[in-house]
Amino acid sequence: MQELNPVVDALIAALLLLAALFILVGALGMMRFRDFFQRLHAPTKASTLGVGGVLVASMIYSAADGRFGIHELLITLFIFITAPVSANLLAKAALHLKVPSKAGHPGKE
Amino acid sequence: MNATPDKRWLAHPVMSAMLAAGWLTLQQSVDPGNVIAAVVLALVIPRLVGGFLGAGVTLRSFAAAIRLAFIVTWDIIVSNITVAKLVLDPSRTPRPAWVRVPLDLTHPNGVALFASIITMTPGTVSCIVDEDDPHILVHALDCADAAAAARDMKARYEAPLKEIFG
Repeated sequence: MQELNPVVDALIAALLLLAALFILVGALGMMRFRDFFQRLHAPTKASTLGVGGVLVASMIYSAADGRFGIHELLITLFIFITAPVSANLLAKAALHLKVPSKAGHPGKE
Repeated sequence: MNATPDKRWLAHPVMSAMLAAGWLTLQQSVDPGNVIAAVVLALVIPRLVGGFLGAGVTLRSFAAAIRLAFIVTWDIIVSNITVAKLVLDPSRTPRPAWVRVPLDLTHPNGVALFASIITMTPGTVSCIVDEDDPHILVHALDCADAAAAARDMKARYEAPLKEIFG
């Protein structure tokens, strides 16, 4: 590890703080939302801009260290592949079990 | 030995190449051991999951794919901020709604990608993808006009996907 340029340092810190803020908002959302389907939005929320910010910060850190952050790109890809599938399965199971929903239930024909 | 065409080794060359490249980038080394592991993964995984894979995909328009990537990244950032405001403002109550998005897209991979994009942009989650009566049932966190939301999703994501998958 080497001494970082103060500007790069500040940029990384700012990105990490911003990302942490979005993850905190995601957690608050879990408490504030009123039914299962609304809470389902939280993991797809915090894990996009929150995790995205951490990954970009990590890439800049690696780049300043002289490495190309290919791992971060792979993490982004894995999140994009897995998050929608798990959300879809949770939603399907909840609809099947008729979990209470503030938006009512979608008409089933 | 290989009775059915699905059971051929290397029936999905693109997938094999991506698996091998993915393994090597994860390890960040091209030691002989890692190369052997990458080749084994590239040969075995596509063969094991071959039965679940449909016909391959031909990318019709590379420009549309790049444009879609920018649209989706931008929408993720904007809607994250919208949702954050909704969570932090105590005077606002979310108005959840079910949105029925009819599908014009027919390619199964395109439909899967469309549903994934809807889920990854904050504020909307794809709940049911129905291929018999082609539509996606979307739960929207805060939506006053379901018809407009459905039109918006179709215009922003489905139109470029139709260009890409044909």
